[in-house]
Amino acid sequence: MILLDRVTKLYGRTNTALDRVSIHVEPREFVIIVGASGAGKSTLLKLLTKEEKPTSGKIVVGGLDYDKLRDKDIPLVRRKIGVVFQDFKLLPGKNVFENVSFALEIVGYGNREIAHTVPKVLDIVGLKGKEKRMPGELSGGERQRVAIARAVVRQPKILIADEPTGNLDPKYAWEIIKILEKINHYGTTVILTTHNQEIVNKLKRRVITISDGRVVSDRANARYTNEDSK
Amino acid sequence: MTRKKTPKTRQQGNHKMITLGRIIKTGGQNFIRNASLSIAAVAVMIITLSIILFSYIANATFAHTIQQIEDKIDISVYLKDSVTEERRDQLVADIKKMGNIRSVEYVSKERALEEYKAANNDDIDLLLAISQTDNPLFALLRIKPHDVDRIEDIRNYVEKPEIKDLQADDTSYSGDRKEAIDNITKSTRLLQRIGVLGVIVFAVVSVLIILNTIQMAIFNRREELQIMRLLGAGTWYIRGPFIVESILYGIVAAIISVSLCQALLSVPQAALSTSSFGLLDINYANEFFSQRLWSVLALQLLIGIIIGAASSFIATRRYLKFKTSK
Repeated sequence: MILLDRVTKLYGRTNTALDRVSIHVEPREFVIIVGASGAGKSTLLKLLTKEEKPTSGKIVVGGLDYDKLRDKDIPLVRRKIGVVFQDFKLLPGKNVFENVSFALEIVGYGNREIAHTVPKVLDIVGLKGKEKRMPGELSGGERQRVAIARAVVRQPKILIADEPTGNLDPKYAWEIIKILEKINHYGTTVILTTHNQEIVNKLKRRVITISDGRVVSDRANARYTNEDSK
Repeated sequence: MTRKKTPKTRQQGNHKMITLGRIIKTGGQNFIRNASLSIAAVAVMIITLSIILFSYIANATFAHTIQQIEDKIDISVYLKDSVTEERRDQLVADIKKMGNIRSVEYVSKERALEEYKAANNDDIDLLLAISQTDNPLFALLRIKPHDVDRIEDIRNYVEKPEIKDLQADDTSYSGDRKEAIDNITKSTRLLQRIGVLGVIVFAVVSVLIILNTIQMAIFNRREELQIMRLLGAGTWYIRGPFIVESILYGIVAAIISVSLCQALLSVPQAALSTSSFGLLDINYANEFFSQRLWSVLALQLLIGIIIGAASSFIATRRYLKFKTSK
C-alpha cells in the first residue's frame, strides 16, 4: 500500500529532515508515528501528500511511483488520500455541509449523490444538525470532525491524520480517535501522528518512532514511553 | 461505510457542465459572502474605469474642438478683375485635381463685399466709407484643405508664375496669417498627441491598480487556495470561481462607472449653466457620450471583464504552483 525506500529529505544543504527512512505499510493497517517536535513526522506526511519532494529515495503509494508522477497528476493522487490536519484547514467561506461536499465536487459527484452522501458522513462524525454552521461558529472538536468527514467522504483507501488531536481537549481527542478506528475498521489504511502517550497506549497498534529524521523503532502492538519522545 | 463502485455520473459527459455550473455558482456566492472585499474591489474598479472613460471622452471632445478650429483654416486666392469666367473655372478645376482639397468656393466681388459688411456691421464709419466708393474688394477662391499639415502644397501650387499672374494680391496664407495658421496647426497636433498619450497612460495605470487590488484580494485568501490544492482540486476548479468573482467586479463597476459618467456630464449643464471648461466642450461631450451610450457601456464591460479575469488569472497562478524543488 505505502512504501518508503531509503527516503531522505534535506532542507537547504545541511538541514536533514529525514535520513534514509524505510517504511512499509500494508493495506488496512493502523499505524501510529510518534516522535518529538521536529523529528520529521510532518515532513514524512508531506512527502506522502506530494507537498514536498524527497531529495533521494523512492516512494510508492497505492501502486503509484511518485518519481514518475507529473504535476498535473498530483491532484489525482491527493484525491485518493484523505488528510486530516492538526489546524483543520477548513474553507472559511463555506459552511459545514459545503466543506464536506467540496471534496466530492472536485471529483465530479452529482448533486443528488452529494445530497445523499454528505449527511450520512456528518452523522457518523456526530455533526448532524450543524450542516449550515460556518467554521467560525464551531468548537475545535467540531471543526476537527468536519475535517475528518471531509477526508473520509470520498472513501479513500488511505487516511493520513497529522496530530488531529493536537489542538483538542482530551474529551474530544478520544472521540476523534474512535472515529479514526471506525474508519479503519471499514477498510481504510490509517496513518496517525501524535504526541499523546495515552492515545498510543490505549490503541495498541503498530508504532513507528522517528527521532532526528531516522526510524529508531518500529514495533507492533507497542506502547509509547517517555523515551520515545526524547 | 461500504466501498461502492465509482458512480457512473462521474464519468459522463455532463461532468464538465456540472463543474462549470459549480464554478459560476461558487464565484457568485463568494462575491456576496465576501461583501466587504467585493465592495472595496468594485470601488477601485469604478474609479479606474471612470478615469479611462473620462479620458476617452475628453480626448474625443478635444479632437472635435481641434477639428472645428482646423475647419476654419483656408487659403483665399484673390483674383484680378480681368480674369475671365472660363479662366476662373479652369483654375478651380485645376486646383480640385491636385488632391488634399476639401472644397474650392468661388466668392464674387459682390458677395465678398456683403461678407465684409456683415463681418464689420458694428463699425459704422467703415461701412459708411465703403458705401461711398466702388466695390474695392476682389473676387476670390476660398480653398479648404483636407489635411492642414499639407496646406503648404496648395500655396506652392497657386504661387506658380502662370497662376500668380491671375492674382490681385498675395494669398491669405502669407505673412502674419501664415504664421498664425502654422502655429495653430503645430499646437493642435501637439494637443492631439498629448490627448492620445493621456488616454494610454490612464489606461495603463488603471490596469495596474486593478491588477494590484485583485492580487491583494486573492493574497488575503491564499490559504483557501492552498487548502483546495491539498484536497486535490484541479487548477481550474480552484481558479474558476476567483475569475468569475473578478468578472462580477468588472461588470458591476462598468455599469456604475457609465451611470456615474452620465450623471456627471449632465451636472455642469443643469447646475452650472456652462457648456464648456476651456477647450472641453461639455455639450459635445454629452452628445458624444449619449450617442454612443451602448457601445461605451459594452466597451467598459469588456474592459472590466478582461482586466478582472486576467488579473485574477495572474494573481492565482503563484498559489497554484506545485513544489518542484527536491
